[in-house]
Amino acid sequence: MKFYEYKAHEIFHKYGIPVPRGVLASRPEDLMDPPLPCVVKAQVLVGGRGKAGGIRFAHTLEEARESARAILGMAIGPYTVRHVFAQELLDITQELYLSITIDRSARAPLLMACALGGIDVESVPEDKLFKVHIPPLVGLQPYVLRALTKKLALPREIANQVSDITRKAYALFRAEDAELVEINPLAVLKDGRVVAGDAKLIVDDNAEFRHPEYADLPQDRTPLEEEAHDKGITFIQLDGDIGVIANGAGLTMATLDVLNLKGGRGGAFLDLGGTDDPEKVKQAFEILLKARPSVILLNIFGGITKADTVAIGVKVALESMHVNVPVVARIKGMNEDRAREILRGIGYPAETIEQAAELAVRVRARGA
Amino acid sequence: MAVLLDEKTKLIVQGITGHQGQFNTRAMLDYGTKVVAGVTPGKAGERVHDVPVFDSCFEGVDETGANASIMFVPAPFAKDAAIEAIEAGVRLLVIITEQIPFHDCLDVITYAQAKGCRVIGPNSPGIISPGKSKAGIMPNHIFRPGDVGVISRSGTLTYEVVNAITDAGFGESTCLGVGGDPVIGTTMPEALELLAKDRETKRIVLVGEIGGTTEEETAQRAKKMRKPIYAYIAGRTAPPGRRMGHAGAIISRGMGTAESKVQAFRDAGVPVVEHPVEIAALLSATAS
Repeated sequence: MKFYEYKAHEIFHKYGIPVPRGVLASRPEDLMDPPLPCVVKAQVLVGGRGKAGGIRFAHTLEEARESARAILGMAIGPYTVRHVFAQELLDITQELYLSITIDRSARAPLLMACALGGIDVESVPEDKLFKVHIPPLVGLQPYVLRALTKKLALPREIANQVSDITRKAYALFRAEDAELVEINPLAVLKDGRVVAGDAKLIVDDNAEFRHPEYADLPQDRTPLEEEAHDKGITFIQLDGDIGVIANGAGLTMATLDVLNLKGGRGGAFLDLGGTDDPEKVKQAFEILLKARPSVILLNIFGGITKADTVAIGVKVALESMHVNVPVVARIKGMNEDRAREILRGIGYPAETIEQAAELAVRVRARGA
Repeated sequence: MAVLLDEKTKLIVQGITGHQGQFNTRAMLDYGTKVVAGVTPGKAGERVHDVPVFDSCFEGVDETGANASIMFVPAPFAKDAAIEAIEAGVRLLVIITEQIPFHDCLDVITYAQAKGCRVIGPNSPGIISPGKSKAGIMPNHIFRPGDVGVISRSGTLTYEVVNAITDAGFGESTCLGVGGDPVIGTTMPEALELLAKDRETKRIVLVGEIGGTTEEETAQRAKKMRKPIYAYIAGRTAPPGRRMGHAGAIISRGMGTAESKVQAFRDAGVPVVEHPVEIAALLSATAS
């Protein structure tokens, strides 16, 4: 779950990390009392907003509202800007970088810092980067902070503040179940203060049960994906036109790949998971049908999953939605003969993934 | 001797009284696994398919001498259950549960390492040593004892690949599902090391997918190995930035692409097939 910058700011503030003053607005006239001078920033969940013109500077209230007017409604990537965040303009003398992520290979939190901020961290040469794994059961020890500030060659006053911010960022990282806490730049100001110039926060969706307050956060999902998510269905909209539905994430990905090799393009990825409950299959199929696929490619490898009850769900969904989308079905598993019987007249049966993908491409060509 | 699990392994099923626990206990018993105890707090004294149920892993281990555990415990309670099993002294812990918070996984895995307990998963279909024992949820009938070792990040896709291997007349020595999560107890390179040392494993099949750099790290190790290794990577057409069903299957910041993994394997001399079932054809073509 990604956080909008303004929301990440709120959380940073809650943990005592200094952040610039800022106000949020969804209409230009809502900007009543922005800090001045300020920077007006588009609130989107994708990068590249600066290049898209989503960041503007303002010295007066009028200018701030004008900037807001220009940015609101702007398209950045696939998203339309709904909010701007007007933030106190900082008088920065040095920009640092600080982040904490989970290192999958090391299976430990990874703390990174460097004295070159405001830039892409991947472009920083290894020897300029402070990089250390934190043993999760032991936590962040003070010696790590001493090593960090020494590596960045920070004067004592700044070092103390950076240490304090790093400690708080790590506390936030653990307590909020974060996948990423990133401050880029961590800004050293002319008056000697150190503040978070930007706030990036991604938390783990799996930990939502511990953080019910995150359930209502706006996500970068399409409305149909949102509907699927609410029903507990793994569904991703893609830019092709063939709806791919399979059981298990790996098999669904593989099916999509084989389809592509055969010249088809997936319009949706739907992982049925381990379910063979006809009602759940029906719900999943209904979501898929709403994405208006030209053909549906169903690939079930049921070791334990009952193929016939999956087939019943498919049939009921097609009947209840009154749609006539051809279904290419490759079903293997328990009761597969009965499944074929149920889908007779609806589906085009196939024996292997390859056959099914080829057939889906052919059926599509015939329909178009 | 199979990898990690054999006919002597005595298994606890944590969460045995739930739907999944009951179903898979039956299937594991049918396969010949020594399921000696079940654990569900508050259900001591019950029996599931004649397996005695205990309130805790400590009682289960004390009463039965169990040395391994498989977990079907819901995600919010998984960390607690895992630490309990480790403290009770099991040496192998297979975590089937999916959607466990990453930070809980970090804690469990680090603790297990310190205590000398091997964790498989989370979000794993488990491990099977065909003809000997199964601590997992994979369908029994697709396996046949043989000399092909299979390591996979996936569930049903593994079954598809294994089914093709078995249909082609081969069999499997050990099949280990490392799990679809980003933070897992036994990584693909570690699993490869285990199978490389296993005398019963003559060839190794790797089923990888997008996300992370585990296949790249595996390819580095594969370079030094004598046994033939074959690979398949799922997710070549997956869009960046999206989690493709598995929590770990995400291309982020340009990392974890299928191209990078395919390239790494090819550079290491590991053939990579384009269709999952082509693995079987490749095994046939190279079988001497």
